[in-house]
This record gives sequence, structure tokens and C-alpha cells, in this order.
Amino acid sequence: MREITVSQIRDTVRDLCLKANFELRKDVLSAIKSAYKSETLPRAKGILKDIIENARIARDKKIAICQDTGMVSVFLDIGIDVRITGGNLEDAINDGVLKAYDRGCLRKSVVDDPILRNNTRTNTPCVIFTDIVDGDKINVTIAPKGFGSENKSRIKMFNPTSSLEDIKKFVIDVVKDAGADACPPLVLGIGIGGTFEKAANLAKKALTKPIDKNNAKRHIARLEKEIKSEINALGIGPMGLGGKTTVFGVNILEYPTHIAGLPVAVSVSCHATRGASKVL
Amino acid sequence: MNQIKLTTPITKEKAAALKVGDEVLLSGIIFTARDSAHRKLHDILNRGNRLPINLVDAVVYYAGPAPAPARRPIGSCGPTTSSRMDLFTPKLLSLGLRAMIGKGGRSEEVRKAIVKHGCVYFIATGGLGALLSMKVKSCRPILFKELGTEAIHKLEVKDFPLIVGIDTKGRDIYDQARQKIK
Repeated sequence: MREITVSQIRDTVRDLCLKANFELRKDVLSAIKSAYKSETLPRAKGILKDIIENARIARDKKIAICQDTGMVSVFLDIGIDVRITGGNLEDAINDGVLKAYDRGCLRKSVVDDPILRNNTRTNTPCVIFTDIVDGDKINVTIAPKGFGSENKSRIKMFNPTSSLEDIKKFVIDVVKDAGADACPPLVLGIGIGGTFEKAANLAKKALTKPIDKNNAKRHIARLEKEIKSEINALGIGPMGLGGKTTVFGVNILEYPTHIAGLPVAVSVSCHATRGASKVL
Repeated sequence: MNQIKLTTPITKEKAAALKVGDEVLLSGIIFTARDSAHRKLHDILNRGNRLPINLVDAVVYYAGPAPAPARRPIGSCGPTTSSRMDLFTPKLLSLGLRAMIGKGGRSEEVRKAIVKHGCVYFIATGGLGALLSMKVKSCRPILFKELGTEAIHKLEVKDFPLIVGIDTKGRDIYDQARQKIK
């Protein structure tokens, strides 16, 4: 048994929240830079140039990339040979979020109750997902995501006999409906299979995976590439004002499912797709 | 592409001179207001009271800024999705509000109200909160301070970069973009 204290986890969550909000992910920034090179429309090019400049200002001056610093999703892969000591894990994670949002002048956007809607002024609680995995380490991944794009995310329970074309059409329609509101160019996290809630969880988790790598399964990788090229052929472009780049990342995570169903969840994420990870 | 320097307040004449797609650098005073502030203004009007803020020829910015870091007037402060304010917008335009800044498309009701009252809808690029914060010279909450980031803040901006999204004739930049989309 390896011991990891809740204060180590708290400090890690704090540091990762700060990093994610100030430093655009390397894979995301480099995809935006290549999009900038390939766009020819002056307006699309100008927007991508501003996005690159915004990332520079955010990193250098420690100003949040986007004012919507999100409701934070925290993914913990906890090794089965780890013992967590020193207090309550959930409290420690929330404490880490609060410390980052205080220290970093990050906007606090969480309300205490979806109906009564009083701001908690702590940006907590965050949303925590834990997986038990082999080993004696904890992988901590945090993903702060704004609601401009979160509001455009969708899930659909397909029939098991539905075709790949049906799935693609659904994903494409999600992107069309999102339009400019979700701040394209977008990254799509897609969860296919499992149950209703498993698919949604996979979709969010897919956003935390590097966008420059395709799924290890060939048929899924092919679907990722096809969705990407078919959406980019639409010409929606940066901020919906036209261009070649409407999505610059499509990640699918799949899971076994039931004979009667085929859940598909699409987590829509803006051009400022943020995240940071660390192994403890 | 035209790049136009514009200063607040925005009169009917200034608004009428703008065309959809024009690039504008806006300087002067703008007021932030997003979901909760709109709800509160709406409730005040519904109770038959006057608004506690003069919106004549004013500009409202759909935004909830992040807190100001040390030695900065404001934190990250890009636009939020405008369509969530659509329900409340025609009434505010009828009371003299001249311009709005946000991101994304508007409802047909809003477009009609823009034409009726000679107003303009500007779009700012979403997700550029750090860059846009550099264009803000001062920021002060003036109304509904208890709402925190959702309070109405008075911002002084210099060369704030915008694109005309809907002009006084009702021409919509997204309609034009959509026509090109297959």
C-alpha cells in the first residue's frame, strides 16, 4: 500500500486548475496554429490569429484564457494499491478548486441549487469522477469547461440497427445547432456505447484525450476522421463566420453496450478546450 | 473590410451608418449585463417601476467578467451567448438601448426590434477573454452588486474590437454565413 495524503491531492488539483486556465493545452494550441496556416478567408484567419494571441496573453500575464472558467470536472484514476489518508477526498478536491479560483482571479460560476441559483462564491462543488485502476498511483485530470459549449452538448439513444451514417448525421446536426454559440472551431468528445450516463461520461472524458492521436481501434479511428472531415466540409468556420476549420479535434471513446441499444453522447467543447493532468 | 472607430453614446445616426460585417473599434462606456441582471431589470419593469439605469443610446455587453488580478482593472472578459437574453431584449430596445455586444445569433423577435428602434447588434469573438481585457481601462459594479460577476458593471473601453452582427436594416451576419454553408 502506498500512501497519498489528501493535501497532496488538494495541492495538485489547485495547481492543475491554475495551469489549465492560463496555459492552453499544447495539442490544442498546435492544432489552432495549423488551422491558422490552412485558412484562406481573411476573417477566419484573423479570428485564429486572435485566439493564438489570446493564449499568449493568458500565459504571460496569468489572465484566464476565457472568463468562463467553467464548472470543473475532475477525473481521478486511483490505483488499487493506494491508500488515501489525512481526511476526506472530496473536500480536499473542492478545497483545491477553491484555492485555485481565489488565487488565479478565476470566475466563480457555480450556483448552489439549479432552481434557487445562489452563487456559492467558491466555484465548488466540482464534478468528480473516480475510476479504480491497477497500480499504486493516482492520475489526476482536471477539465474546466465553459457552458457556452456545454449547453450545446447532446445525447441520443439510437436503435442497435442504426447505421454509422445515422450516427454521423446526429453528430453533424449537433455541430450545426451549436453554430456560433459554442465558439467554434470546436473539439468534440464523443461517447458511444455503455448506458445513458456512461456515454455522457465517456464523451466528457474523450475531451481530455490528446486531439492529435486517434482511437486505437481502427474502425473507431476511421469514424473520428470521417466526422472531422465531413463537419469541416460544412464551412461553418471560426465563430460561425465561414472557413475551413469548424472542428479541429474529434475524440471517440467506446464501451460495450446492450443488445437493444446504442447510446451516443456528444460533448461539444469550444476552441479554448482546457485541461491539465498529473500523476501522483 | 471597413474598420470604423466608434465612440459611445451611440446615437440613432451613428447606428444607421453601420453595415453588417463592418469591423468596429468601440471606445467609451459600456455596461455589462447577463442572465440574472436581465431577469432583474425585467422584474422591475413588470412591477411598473422605472429602470434604475439610463439605457438611452447606451451599449450593453453580455458578459460576466472574471475578478481583476493585481494592477489590472478587470480579469478575463469575453462575451457570453446572446440568445439567452433574447426574451428580454425587445423591451430594453424599446426603452432606448441602442446597442448590444455578445456572441452568436439572435431570435427573429430581436432582429425585428433592432430594425424597429434603429439599433445595432455587435459580435465579439468568444473565448478571447484575456485579449479583450486589455481593451478595458476601468471596471466598476454599479447595479445589483450582490450578483457578483453577474452585476451590472460600468466599463470604460478603448478600441474594443467588434463586428456588426445585425445592422439597423436587420441584415444578419449569420444569415450571410449560413447561405454559404451547405
